[in-house]
Amino acid sequence: MIAGLPGEELFLQGHTACAGCSQALAVRIAMKALGRNTIVCLATGCLEIYSTQYRRCAWKVPVIHMLFENAPAVASGIEVAMKKLGKKANIAVFAGDGATADIGFGALSGMLERGHNVIYICIDNEAYMNTGIQRSGSTPYAAYTTTSPPGKVSIGNKTFKKDLPSIVAAHRIPYVATANPSYPKDLYKKVKKAMDFDGAKYIHILTPCPTGWGFESNESIEIGRLANETALWINYEVVNGEITDVMKIKEKKLVEEYLRRQARFRHLSKKEIEEIQKIADENARIFGL
Amino acid sequence: MRLKMLNDVDYLISKPKIGAAGKTGLWRQFKPVVDEKACKLCKVCILYCPENVIEIVNDQLKIDYEYCKGCGICSNVCISNAIKMVEESE
Repeated sequence: MIAGLPGEELFLQGHTACAGCSQALAVRIAMKALGRNTIVCLATGCLEIYSTQYRRCAWKVPVIHMLFENAPAVASGIEVAMKKLGKKANIAVFAGDGATADIGFGALSGMLERGHNVIYICIDNEAYMNTGIQRSGSTPYAAYTTTSPPGKVSIGNKTFKKDLPSIVAAHRIPYVATANPSYPKDLYKKVKKAMDFDGAKYIHILTPCPTGWGFESNESIEIGRLANETALWINYEVVNGEITDVMKIKEKKLVEEYLRRQARFRHLSKKEIEEIQKIADENARIFGL
Repeated sequence: MRLKMLNDVDYLISKPKIGAAGKTGLWRQFKPVVDEKACKLCKVCILYCPENVIEIVNDQLKIDYEYCKGCGICSNVCISNAIKMVEESE
């Protein structure tokens, strides 16, 4: 036991994730909660590339790799087949923000609508990091990516971050949660809680990416905490349509502190920072922080 | 004929393995070194290690340098400042 979490590791060391990848940490903690009796479906993305090389894989549970667009559809099929066979197992989908917000959103919506007993975990690093930092629907306002470069006429990404947890919660599924690997016990608790509900469950995890966001590999945990402390990211749960258990912030910080630590926001002027501060204030107002 | 086909199918299955990508410790630029006197065995570093390479053996912190990529998260989250990052030398 480590700090109340089981000691058994189901996500093995020696994969090719970048040094300091908080996504690897998030998956490690989530797998501790899901346990051995799990079938994992992976959409294309960083996670699939670094953990499942040909003939060797870092997972101690059955894993099936699917395309960007159909991981939830495959998970639905597995769930129905297991029901027919009379076997019980947790079925989990791990997909990135690109696979969830953009490419695979149709299949996800279908899975939620039909209410399959699947835990969908979206690991959100706010761009297509695997293919070289292209913008996705989940990229925040004014962030630098290779397809939204800042310059004389552009401020970076022009659009705002898609509020996926709210869109998913609008499908009226029993459990939606947001988490952050900087708070591993909270993340563990949420995955464990999701397993108790019958029906489709969704957990959205923010995973700071040292390569794509531009910070040192040892700062991943700090940056994740800052995202919460500035109210740009909020950990909350939606149980049966009602927002509960919003994670409180001890001391609210200005967004500038979070933005200045990352190379993707280095080009911002006062005006844009003020605009991002407005987003954080709005978040704080909605969730009563 | 049938047996041969089955073998072919078996060949396409990936098996779980520690070090699926080889010895990732070779990537390391800075090496985490534990100060045993300062370490209080609070296990925070084990909880936050993305690579899962830290464990406790005989009441001492042991880092698996074969797979540690040297990201420095353990040193950063350590409450008692017991893990120092030392530059690797050949």
